[in-house]
Amino acid sequence: MDIFFQQILNGLVLGSVYALVALGYTMVYGILQLINFTHGEVLMIGAMVSMTMVMLLQSLFPELHGVWIMIMAVAVAIPVCMVLSATIERVAYRPLRNAPRLAPLITAIGLAIVLQTLAMMIWGPNPKVFPDLLPTTPIEIGGAFLAPKQLLILVVSAVLMTGLIILIQTTSLGRSMRAVSENPKIALLMGINPDRIIAITFMIGAALAAVAGMLVAMNYNIVHFTMGFIPGLKAFTAAVLGGIGNVPGAVLGGLLLGIIESLGAGYVGDLTGGFLGSHYQDIFAFAVLILVLLFRPSGLLGERVADRA
Amino acid sequence: MSLQLPWTRKNAWIGVALLALALLLLPFVAGLFGNAWIRILAFAMLYVMLALGLNIVVGYAGLLDLGYVAFYAVGAYMYALLASPHLFEQFEWIRQTFPDGLHSSIWMVIPLSAALAAVFGVLLGFPVLRLRGDYLAIVTLGFGEIIRIFLNNLNAPINFTNGPQGISKIDPVQIGGISFGRSLDLGFITIPSVQLYYYLFLVLTVVVIVVSVRLQDSRVGRAWMAIREDEIAAKAMGIHTRNVKLLAFAMGASFGGVSGAMFAAFQGFVSPESFVLMESIVIVAMVVLGGMGNVAGVVLGAVLLYAIPEVLRLIAKPLQMAIIGDEVIAPEALRMLLFGLAMVLIMLYRPHGFIGRRHA
Repeated sequence: MDIFFQQILNGLVLGSVYALVALGYTMVYGILQLINFTHGEVLMIGAMVSMTMVMLLQSLFPELHGVWIMIMAVAVAIPVCMVLSATIERVAYRPLRNAPRLAPLITAIGLAIVLQTLAMMIWGPNPKVFPDLLPTTPIEIGGAFLAPKQLLILVVSAVLMTGLIILIQTTSLGRSMRAVSENPKIALLMGINPDRIIAITFMIGAALAAVAGMLVAMNYNIVHFTMGFIPGLKAFTAAVLGGIGNVPGAVLGGLLLGIIESLGAGYVGDLTGGFLGSHYQDIFAFAVLILVLLFRPSGLLGERVADRA
Repeated sequence: MSLQLPWTRKNAWIGVALLALALLLLPFVAGLFGNAWIRILAFAMLYVMLALGLNIVVGYAGLLDLGYVAFYAVGAYMYALLASPHLFEQFEWIRQTFPDGLHSSIWMVIPLSAALAAVFGVLLGFPVLRLRGDYLAIVTLGFGEIIRIFLNNLNAPINFTNGPQGISKIDPVQIGGISFGRSLDLGFITIPSVQLYYYLFLVLTVVVIVVSVRLQDSRVGRAWMAIREDEIAAKAMGIHTRNVKLLAFAMGASFGGVSGAMFAAFQGFVSPESFVLMESIVIVAMVVLGGMGNVAGVVLGAVLLYAIPEVLRLIAKPLQMAIIGDEVIAPEALRMLLFGLAMVLIMLYRPHGFIGRRHA
């Protein structure tokens, strides 16, 4: 039972990172019906920038507490990612808004290759260590153990996700975002500048990705120029699982995917009598996705999309 | 007429004959610079086949498939298992049934790989029939990953695929007593092994092109395009959308399966590493960059997208030396940088692809 609880906790940690990234996918999709394939790379750049900042701060102020270093590092990574993401939108997506649906997909893939290569040139081709900033003694919660950094991941993601939902539901900016996603033309008539709202949406998503990037780096103690790919893919899967374009759906999908993966990795061996091992973890995630979409073709919380894809 | 050559019928035939002659002689020219160049040409043919197969699904039927490489993998592994010592070494009953080892004729392998891949295509097609657009994209992507993960891990407890090490010692293609694994001595000229493969792939590519062009104007081709433009209207016109979509998946997959089998024979070795998601994405990019649904465009897209990185690999260093006079950027990095930028720029300036229809 303790092991089960432990797996659930691990899954929640994993899932809340997926959820943070999935929010970026789903917000952009809600407004533009576009899969932002560079989102994972924005996460990677966020992780890289925070790693550099951590190194710099540690050498400048050796006595500074890890928490402060973390806050200052992410405070630099967030604006960098926001500017990067707004630039990507301006250069690669906006000119193609009336182009065939697959055109922006290709520019996104091209840019993802460019970003990875640039990161490889700046930060080198080999993985780098991301130092431990928090104490490493695990905390016991009801028989299961959680490292302080994992607890931090849970808390930070919960706060950010709540903040985002409040932003979207209650503020005037959030209302504009919902209006543009409903119908950009009518929103324009109501005095909203859709281009501005779209740029802001990209920036909010990028800020979340920057934080997620640092959390991922912290969790695995490693950064690498290809590190954005897997979380990006998983988060995209999570967004679709929850119903792409739906904000609470992304959170639900992320958490669910994390738990499924964690339980899958933990129990798949027992379930199949040792035939399938824990390296089938990814199959679990995709198999569940396919099953869910079989019965709910627009995801768990997604609305029925109009019949014009 | 779908190829839209601005010539009369008679002149068009002369053009085709000249093109055929050029393609036949091309490897001799490329061979002057080394067999590596012929190899590049042969691989370009493989990618043309793959891109045309995916074009049926994405270009004709408008179904975004991000896991196409799975069918390539199915074809490749099928040939690898049927024509290498791997199964022979693993299973006692195979040693007893086939005491000389497993060797398969290409005449059996081509139809079989097409059929097997088509079965996989239908397997993928069934659950995703109700999905549209991006939901379809992620499920096909997942399917591709699932196939790759299985190939990677099916080495225990029973060793089917030999896991990440892959399968080696695959027989070369053999046609009428001529083994493609060795150079062919014609008396007055010796044709190296890679060039034999080039010709084989060229023939297959021509077949695939003809099939693609003929499909375009066929009843089923029109049904695909009707579904692409408006599924509900297509249904109202009496098109059985389920069967027609499944047919698109099956046909597209079968092209991929055949290319996969050829890839395995050509390399003599397969491993899961050749079938990663990036490969699927590049094939999609070939179709979209060339011009979805346009055969000539897709051929051009495949050749260019395969050739750009290969050519850059060779010229990245000298180019830098000539312009800047020093090696500022590592050649490999410069190559990927230019490749990514090329994709972005081409799409920005030609959003419908090189040769694309204006509407859609």
